[in-house]
Amino acid sequence: MVEGRAYRGRLVLAHAALIGFIALVMVPLFMVVSISFRQGNFATGSILPSRETFSLEHWRMVLGLPVLQADGTWETPSVSVLRWFWNSVKISATSAFLILLLSSTCAYAFARMRFRGRDRLLGGLLILQMFPMVLAIIAIYSILEAIGRWAPALGLDTHPGLILAYLGGIATHIWMIKGYFDSLPVSLEESAKIDGATPWQTFRLIMLPTSLPIFAIVFILAFIGLIGEYPLASVVLQQTDRWTLAVGANSFLYEQNYLWGDFAATAVLSGLPITILFLACQRLLISGLTAGGVKE
Amino acid sequence: MIARTCHRILWAILLVGLFLLAARMALGRAPALGAALAAAGLGAAWIYLSPRTHASRYLLPGLAAFAVFVLMPLLYTVYIAFTNFSSEHLLSQDRVRAWFAQDFYTADPARYPFRLHPVAGTNTYQVCIVLEENATGTKVLNSRPFTPEEAATGNPITLALNTVRPQAPPLGMRQIIAARPWLNRARFTMPGSPIPLRLVSLRDLGFRLALWTPDGDKLVNAVTGQVLVPDPQRGNYVDEQTRAPVGPGWRVWTGTDNFRLIFADPAIRGPFLQIFGWNVAFAFLSVAITFGIGVLLASLLQWRALRGRALYRTLLILPYAIPAFIPILVFRGLFNEGYGEINLLLTQLFGIAPKWFTNPWLARTMILIVNTWLGYPYMMIISSGMLQAVPDELYEATAIDGAGPWTNFAKVTLPQIFPPLFPLLIASFAFNFNNFSLIYLLTGGKPDITGSATVAGTTDLLVSYTFRMAFKDSAARFGFASAVATLLFIVVAVLAWQQLRLSRPAPAVKGGR
Repeated sequence: MVEGRAYRGRLVLAHAALIGFIALVMVPLFMVVSISFRQGNFATGSILPSRETFSLEHWRMVLGLPVLQADGTWETPSVSVLRWFWNSVKISATSAFLILLLSSTCAYAFARMRFRGRDRLLGGLLILQMFPMVLAIIAIYSILEAIGRWAPALGLDTHPGLILAYLGGIATHIWMIKGYFDSLPVSLEESAKIDGATPWQTFRLIMLPTSLPIFAIVFILAFIGLIGEYPLASVVLQQTDRWTLAVGANSFLYEQNYLWGDFAATAVLSGLPITILFLACQRLLISGLTAGGVKE
Repeated sequence: MIARTCHRILWAILLVGLFLLAARMALGRAPALGAALAAAGLGAAWIYLSPRTHASRYLLPGLAAFAVFVLMPLLYTVYIAFTNFSSEHLLSQDRVRAWFAQDFYTADPARYPFRLHPVAGTNTYQVCIVLEENATGTKVLNSRPFTPEEAATGNPITLALNTVRPQAPPLGMRQIIAARPWLNRARFTMPGSPIPLRLVSLRDLGFRLALWTPDGDKLVNAVTGQVLVPDPQRGNYVDEQTRAPVGPGWRVWTGTDNFRLIFADPAIRGPFLQIFGWNVAFAFLSVAITFGIGVLLASLLQWRALRGRALYRTLLILPYAIPAFIPILVFRGLFNEGYGEINLLLTQLFGIAPKWFTNPWLARTMILIVNTWLGYPYMMIISSGMLQAVPDELYEATAIDGAGPWTNFAKVTLPQIFPPLFPLLIASFAFNFNNFSLIYLLTGGKPDITGSATVAGTTDLLVSYTFRMAFKDSAARFGFASAVATLLFIVVAVLAWQQLRLSRPAPAVKGGR
């Protein structure tokens, strides 16, 4: 196939546009990495780290290693960033998994079953979900307090309690999965049944591979959404070592105690593994989408 | 079907949990609550086992979570909107009465240092007040031995003149502190005094009386004779003559007062409308800009002739992979007017240092920049998912007609992907409409609107405005904040409902693929 000059020109233009855009997007990320290696907690006039200002003090601090103080003594930091990171991952992954279970079963009913008030219920869920949860914090707090009276493991200042409170946010996920189920032909399930496949075989050989991309998407969306959740976590979790990363990181930027360098190191340390995990899942997700059963 | 397995696991967890909790309650002090929960568990089990309740089997676990953590808080908030709940009206009426009951006055300034002697071998104590102790002899007031339970009833215990102290050594200060709960309630009568003695400090007994004596509904001040009557409309005790409120108030139903306040008071209405306008503009611009960029990038990445697409895609998705609170806080530091790296760069390059946090328009611009950075990858992901579902035949058809990339995008791509994406765009609009974290962590709503009666910022969204009013203001106007939240919800709900109706043709896609 002969490709015209205009075509190649467009290709070059597309590359240039993409590279330019990516460079712009990356600037803040480079900056925060550079700040995390810079001595002190204030900007010092140079953006790139130089030999004079290079320091590992912020990294030692977030990793829980002793830090050299201004008076010459070494002091082990009292807060554990790694602990917050683990808390965040644990809470978000568990919640996202449970949300996936809850929303996929609901979505299945909405997509494949007929019952009275189905459309109204589906629309109602989406509309009710728009109520800003930030403002319902007083109520959620009281509900968790009441639950905690009978099941202390699910009450206030516990991780399971916070996870429980997160499980209400399923409406948009139901919509997503339902939309996907709708796009899957029923004939696939029916023909499997006619061919004598047991429900387990239908599930394992047909539905699981075809539904995996949407499940991955929903899991990642829920995970990403919850790991950055700040208001509810800041109200429910009280003890410092039970905090999530979002609550802990914000504590570095209090106006009266502004720890810009320590924050930068925390941001890089916590952002990096989650980002890598996400990108790894994302490959699977994209390939799942391209190879999967969206198209017939 | 994966959903089927999922829901079996869910049901097992749900039922076991329900029955465990019910058993715990039944064994505890709430058998009625336990029975109710057990009944709910049986009902749930029936739904699961009955062949006729097919759909609810799949719906119940999700809907239950939704009801408890979305619906109930919503209804509670709407209820609060019709009350005067605030830091001045925090308690119940009984608690307010208890507050008044703890107000005392000193009827006689005399104080008597006392000692508390345990009686050996029993759980009883004796109070001893030493009146005189010198060479001529000892003059003390002793009580008979009493138990802590007896003292805690508040029935006066008589003190009698005596010449010897109790034998056992008196309790130390630490033990007195430990005994304070019941000592506080104990009353003792001295011979010839009509006013009982009570604990006034850890060392002394004295003559203190309750300042307010209840008289039916009313409270009468024992010193000034002032009479307070409860005002059930305002939720306060008020002076009988002047009707001025006294002391803390309690929560009462105030009808639509909070809603009227929003529109009646110009110092509230002005900022409210300003914030509302910015809120709508912010949400719309956020969705429009991020969707525009996202769909454009997704289409570019669909182009098979483009090399390195996987790398581009990975790099482009990066902002989305990082939990949002991190970049928001990073941008807050980078945009800092004095120390921020962005102004450092702008000063070096162009000699300017924009006031990102003090000029309202620059602050809004900054918010949109940050939100675009955060939001375009999501739009890119969802549109590229949909783009892959656009049949190739359509492009082949337009290629025969000699269509260019722009025609392809406008005539084939957009019409194909827009309807199925529409519900997601609504959700994105709603998310941004209530994007609390972005505003709260980036600007905190500042710079503030001058001349506003409540806390209100030029970059505040309604959600951060109400949050600050409820939780970051000493007045803690929960009732008023809930009224704004209710209005906010009605606006978004109507909007969403309309858009949902418009997007109804979406299921037509189902047949197409």
